[in-house]
Amino acid sequence: MRGYIARRAAAFVVTLLVVSLLVFVVVRVLPGDPALVIIGPDGSPEAAARLREAMGLNRPIPVQYAEWLGGALRGDLGKSLQYDVPVGRLIVSRLPVTLPLALMAATLMVVTALPLGLFAARHHRRVGDYLAMVVSQIGIAVPGFWAGLLLILLFSVHLGWVQSGGFAGWSTGLWPGIRSLLLPAVALGLFQAAVLVRATRSSVLDVLREDYVRTARAKGVSELSALGKHTLRNALIPIVTVAGLQLGQLAAGAIILESVFALPGLGRLALGAITARDLPVVQGVTLFVASSIVFINFAVDLLYVVLDPRIRYD
Amino acid sequence: MTFATGVAITALLIGTAVLSLVYTPSDPLQMSITGRLQGPSGPHPFGTDQYGRDVLSRVMRGTITSIAVGVIAVGIGAVLGMLIGILSGYAGGVLDEGFMRLVDAIQGFPAILSALLFAAVFTPGIALSMVAIGIAFVPAFARLTRAGFLELREREFVVAARALGAADRRLITRHILPNTLPPLIVQATTSFPVAILAEAGLAYLGLGTQPPHPSWGLMLREAQNFLSMNPWFAVFPGGAIALTVLGLNLLGDGLRDLLDPKTA
Repeated sequence: MRGYIARRAAAFVVTLLVVSLLVFVVVRVLPGDPALVIIGPDGSPEAAARLREAMGLNRPIPVQYAEWLGGALRGDLGKSLQYDVPVGRLIVSRLPVTLPLALMAATLMVVTALPLGLFAARHHRRVGDYLAMVVSQIGIAVPGFWAGLLLILLFSVHLGWVQSGGFAGWSTGLWPGIRSLLLPAVALGLFQAAVLVRATRSSVLDVLREDYVRTARAKGVSELSALGKHTLRNALIPIVTVAGLQLGQLAAGAIILESVFALPGLGRLALGAITARDLPVVQGVTLFVASSIVFINFAVDLLYVVLDPRIRYD
Repeated sequence: MTFATGVAITALLIGTAVLSLVYTPSDPLQMSITGRLQGPSGPHPFGTDQYGRDVLSRVMRGTITSIAVGVIAVGIGAVLGMLIGILSGYAGGVLDEGFMRLVDAIQGFPAILSALLFAAVFTPGIALSMVAIGIAFVPAFARLTRAGFLELREREFVVAARALGAADRRLITRHILPNTLPPLIVQATTSFPVAILAEAGLAYLGLGTQPPHPSWGLMLREAQNFLSMNPWFAVFPGGAIALTVLGLNLLGDGLRDLLDPKTA
């Protein structure tokens, strides 16, 4: 197991390096001169020269990359041109919105998808199964941001139960904060759950056909034990794979939902930075989110060994 | 049943796109200051937007945007992904390891994240969404192609062809690649609705299709500001996205059952 973990960890580190290289190349190399992108077409050549000097853009590209990467490893992602504060601090200040939103959505996704997928598999080719599949097909087809708009329409415009957007902040208490994130988390989590329902159903169906489940039932174990202990545990690997991929999608979906509900999270920080041509912020946020997704994939790889000790990958 | 419903909805989508090239009830760009934000009515079955433009006509024309972005984005993802998968699976060794780390890294960039990155240095627009969405598809195509090549490169018919003197190029294009195609076709079909959803999301954020061109996501972005005045404005473009994705997903499921019965 140690060998497998070491190999995955090495691959994870190399992947992170490639992620950083991709972000650097797109922001610093592809545009030709990032200083011109920042000051825009109306900026003077003198201003561009000053900015180039200040940002160290006159140095060779490999040196720029090494310095930027070294800084990133120490948590220094540069300074925001718009806010004049370190990018790292800006990212940390937005995490209390984006992270709880993603966590709430992920929780909703799992607690909805697992029971519904199990239920559909248990009632294979019966009304309950067909109903669950229709619901999940609709869930996959409905874009999260449209679901968000419809939720605003229903709960804010028509019923007036919640405000249509904005974030109350955690300083006002736990409930006001959760309340601000509830509708976006539902829009994000429930519709991501649709994919996981199908994966759960399909994986559980495969295991239900196995001899050991039939044997367990023949020996008289309860249905709950047959499903929970004998079936779900063995069906978890494909489910965890899909759930890991869905978590990455949740991070991306959170960026859109933050716009729908006017939440001051990482997504809106990046969108605002694009308008303001604040390249260090865009670079920092994309590096942070992409690295987080790569980390989730790495964690899923490690989880395989915990879920199924037979996995060695030698 | 599933496949037939998928075919019917997809036919409706393509029919609408073709029809919108020659006929829409009104000019999708024609504004009317007196007819703004109207609900559904005889002359405007889907109502009008904040500039008095006919929403039905714009939804119809938006179909072309969705199909175009979907086809080109999936094309970009398929070509790049297959290229990486072929090189990786056929060559093996260090090259394979390097390409797989690249694919792992690209997987960290969902379409929205790539679009954010590109929009910082290039002008947002339909081309940017096509590239961003296409890049997000690269890992899936690359892994499928690689897996096919790894499995097939040591099979008897390939070994026999190699022993007879077939060059690498011939082995790849004539013997291995055609046998890896069925799962790739299924992947392309299932990627298409994902691309349509992503295009709508990017247009909603202002990173994709730009005004005044009709795009379903862009229409939803505009509709959000007028939810209390004309809720229907948000209902129809979103409904068009959901119906299209539903139809394409059903079609993809049906095709997978036909081409890859093992996973059915």
